[in-house]
Amino acid sequence: MEAEDEATGQMIEEEEIYVNGGGDGDESKRHRPIISGEQLDIEAYAALYSGRTKISRLLFIAEKCGNASMQLDALRMAYDEIKKGENTQLFREVVAKIDGRLGPNYGPDSIWADAVDRRAELRKEKLENELNAYRTNLIKESIRMGYNDFGDFYFAHGQLGDAFKNYVRTRDYCTTSKHIVHMCMNAILVSIEMGQFTHVTSYVSKAEQSQDALDPITIAKLRCAAGLALLEGKKYKLAARKFLETGPELGNNYTEVIAPQDVATYGGLCALASFDRAELKSKVIDNVNFRNFLELVPEIRELINDFYTSHYASCLEYLGNLKANLLLDIHLHDHVETLYEQIRNKALIQYTHPFVSVDLHMMANAFNTSVSSLEKELEALITNNLIQARIDSHNKILYARHADQRNATFQRVLQTGSEFDREVRAMLLRANLIKHEFNLKASRKH
Amino acid sequence: MNLNMNSMESLVAQIQGLSGSIADVNQLHSLLKQSEDLFQSELARLAPLLTELDPSIHSLGYLYILEACTSAPISKDEANELVLSVARFINLCAAEQIRLAPDKFISVCKRFKDQVMLLEDPMRGVAPMLTALRKLQLSSEQLTTLHPDFLLICLLAKCYKTGLSILEDDIFEVDQPRDFFLYCYYGGMICIGQKKFSKALELLHNVVTAPMSILNAIAVEAYKKYILVSLIHLGQFSISFPKYTSSVAQRNLKNFSQVMCELETCVLANNEKFEFDKNLGLVKQVVSSMYKRNIQRLTQTYLTLSLQDIANTVQLNSAKEAEMHVLQMIQDGEIYATINQKDGMVRFLEDPEQYKSCEMIERIDSSIQRIMMLSRKLTDMDELLSCDPLYLAKAGRERQRFDFDDFDTVPSKFTI
Repeated sequence: MEAEDEATGQMIEEEEIYVNGGGDGDESKRHRPIISGEQLDIEAYAALYSGRTKISRLLFIAEKCGNASMQLDALRMAYDEIKKGENTQLFREVVAKIDGRLGPNYGPDSIWADAVDRRAELRKEKLENELNAYRTNLIKESIRMGYNDFGDFYFAHGQLGDAFKNYVRTRDYCTTSKHIVHMCMNAILVSIEMGQFTHVTSYVSKAEQSQDALDPITIAKLRCAAGLALLEGKKYKLAARKFLETGPELGNNYTEVIAPQDVATYGGLCALASFDRAELKSKVIDNVNFRNFLELVPEIRELINDFYTSHYASCLEYLGNLKANLLLDIHLHDHVETLYEQIRNKALIQYTHPFVSVDLHMMANAFNTSVSSLEKELEALITNNLIQARIDSHNKILYARHADQRNATFQRVLQTGSEFDREVRAMLLRANLIKHEFNLKASRKH
Repeated sequence: MNLNMNSMESLVAQIQGLSGSIADVNQLHSLLKQSEDLFQSELARLAPLLTELDPSIHSLGYLYILEACTSAPISKDEANELVLSVARFINLCAAEQIRLAPDKFISVCKRFKDQVMLLEDPMRGVAPMLTALRKLQLSSEQLTTLHPDFLLICLLAKCYKTGLSILEDDIFEVDQPRDFFLYCYYGGMICIGQKKFSKALELLHNVVTAPMSILNAIAVEAYKKYILVSLIHLGQFSISFPKYTSSVAQRNLKNFSQVMCELETCVLANNEKFEFDKNLGLVKQVVSSMYKRNIQRLTQTYLTLSLQDIANTVQLNSAKEAEMHVLQMIQDGEIYATINQKDGMVRFLEDPEQYKSCEMIERIDSSIQRIMMLSRKLTDMDELLSCDPLYLAKAGRERQRFDFDDFDTVPSKFTI
């Protein structure tokens, strides 16, 4: 089915998948059209987020979606969103991207931009004066506030590097652990926007050190941030753990970075790709906290359950439906392919594990694929020693193969013996050469 | 003049007289050493004297005169005669006597080799050189200066099998590092010629990892071959060196490996470069070994597979070609399989070796004996070394720089 669709346009592909989608999945999709098989509802998606990430997510979608109407939609919303703020630089970029395609209402509004710039200049001057005054008076708390204001100012105007510097500068003037956590949260936010995930990790651990000042919401936020950093570092298992530990207090409190739906998606996919069955059961399916998140994205919940109950075809179908939209996610897009591959491999391994022989036709049915492509996949897995089996390509049967310990031991012994033999001889030779050279030097000296 | 004449004759008489007991021969040796100048001045008249001596009895005297004879430049016609007479001498001479003057013997043999090569008839040199080498050797563990020359002649004469007989000895005692490098390099080439890749790999590996303070051309060439052979034999090649490789080699050879690895991917485009290095044949073997390796990998994955599928997966042109490859590999014992010609299926079998035959037990036993012998040798050497005053003096003086552990007595994974 997929092969056929590749030829046709993206719109049709998504519709068809939708038509073929699982029965109960369809219903829930209608209620929650956010991350589903349908074309992404940008408006609903954007409503999940606030602040700068909303704009950057919209711009990311505009860049990646490859669909003119969707792109313009995203750009229009980004334009509106930017106008609410003060980031004139980003504004000009978006205007250039729109390039007049949205009519005169979305043109380069230079009056607005100039006004904002002027105001920014004034504000900057004011902040500088204030800060200087605080510094001469040496009032710690005021200096901290001053730097913090500067950080906010730069962040609003899109100068992320300066914002980060100023937020970090407040550190010397923090008097309570609450201040430290505040500083860390600001630093984390800016670093995520900048894509500097190493900073994120270090500030998360710094914030976690001041235990007493952490409320449940902050803890949940920190877990998310840590999870994102690990996801970015391709440490899927650890990332999954972080997302799974995220408390339900997160709610809609961290929309400037992540929506609770994202926690479910990221956590669910990472867990599927990296956990074994027991861990999947105990940490994901039986996890009361995480179930709340999963309720927000029923597709993920369904596909995890399908995976656990070995309904691989339906699980993979869900995954296929979700793929297009996940590729538009600013954090996940790079990892979708790897995660999908790992999940699929895991499914294949789990399917073959309990059997001595497997009929490839039946297996192909279960995975909704053709026998020949299944054979290729299995071949790769066997070559990488992930499945201990051999394929009877004539009768299309997969036979499990149990290594003969005795023979293997003999083989290894002989091999080790000859290796030892070779290495000792080479070593004696080298020692002799060194000795010779040394003797030569010694005899020259005398 | 007359005096000389007389002295020459008396010398011959002495040679004849003093070739009996060991004490006599030693006396003769010192006598001959003194009269070397005399030989040089009387070059023209030496040849007839040889006829008066019996090479099997008067070997030492014969050797000195022969050495003096051959030192003069000679024409091509004479060369033929010379080769004959030297070959005769090598065959007949007494080993104990010639070992008293090894440098003379070596220089005679080297000239012999040069002449044989000048005559472009290296075949004639193979047998005499082998005899010479055996006579010069005190034990089969010793590497003589004649080893590389002999191997070179074998290479030129394409007598790889004869060359292999020498390579099968374990060499431990080395006098000249240069001999050792050449011995391993030529030896590696002979093994490649005989398709004994693991032995070739070992020899070339020895060259590359041998201690050296400056990079030499032999090591560079050996390294190029080493890369190609390890691609053929192991199907892969690791860029990193073992830690005992000298730092000079590590630094300099790294560049070559990069070039080679890139070349591996575009063999055809770089034909000329390989041709220049005379490694083209090896490169072609690398390519064909790739097919073999891929087929071998299939045996791990499949129980049965059609010839057409094999051809597709290993990128051969046709099922027919795949059949030829599989057939060849079954014949060489590289895979265990049966071909069903009716439906074009290949059935891969498990390795039938069950490790319970008498031969296998014998093989394991001999392998154990051998390893025990080796470890005894190692312990002996270790003891010898730790008693060596030179070593102790150095180790004591430069404790920090030359720690005992650095001496690498036993690789850590094989603690005995």
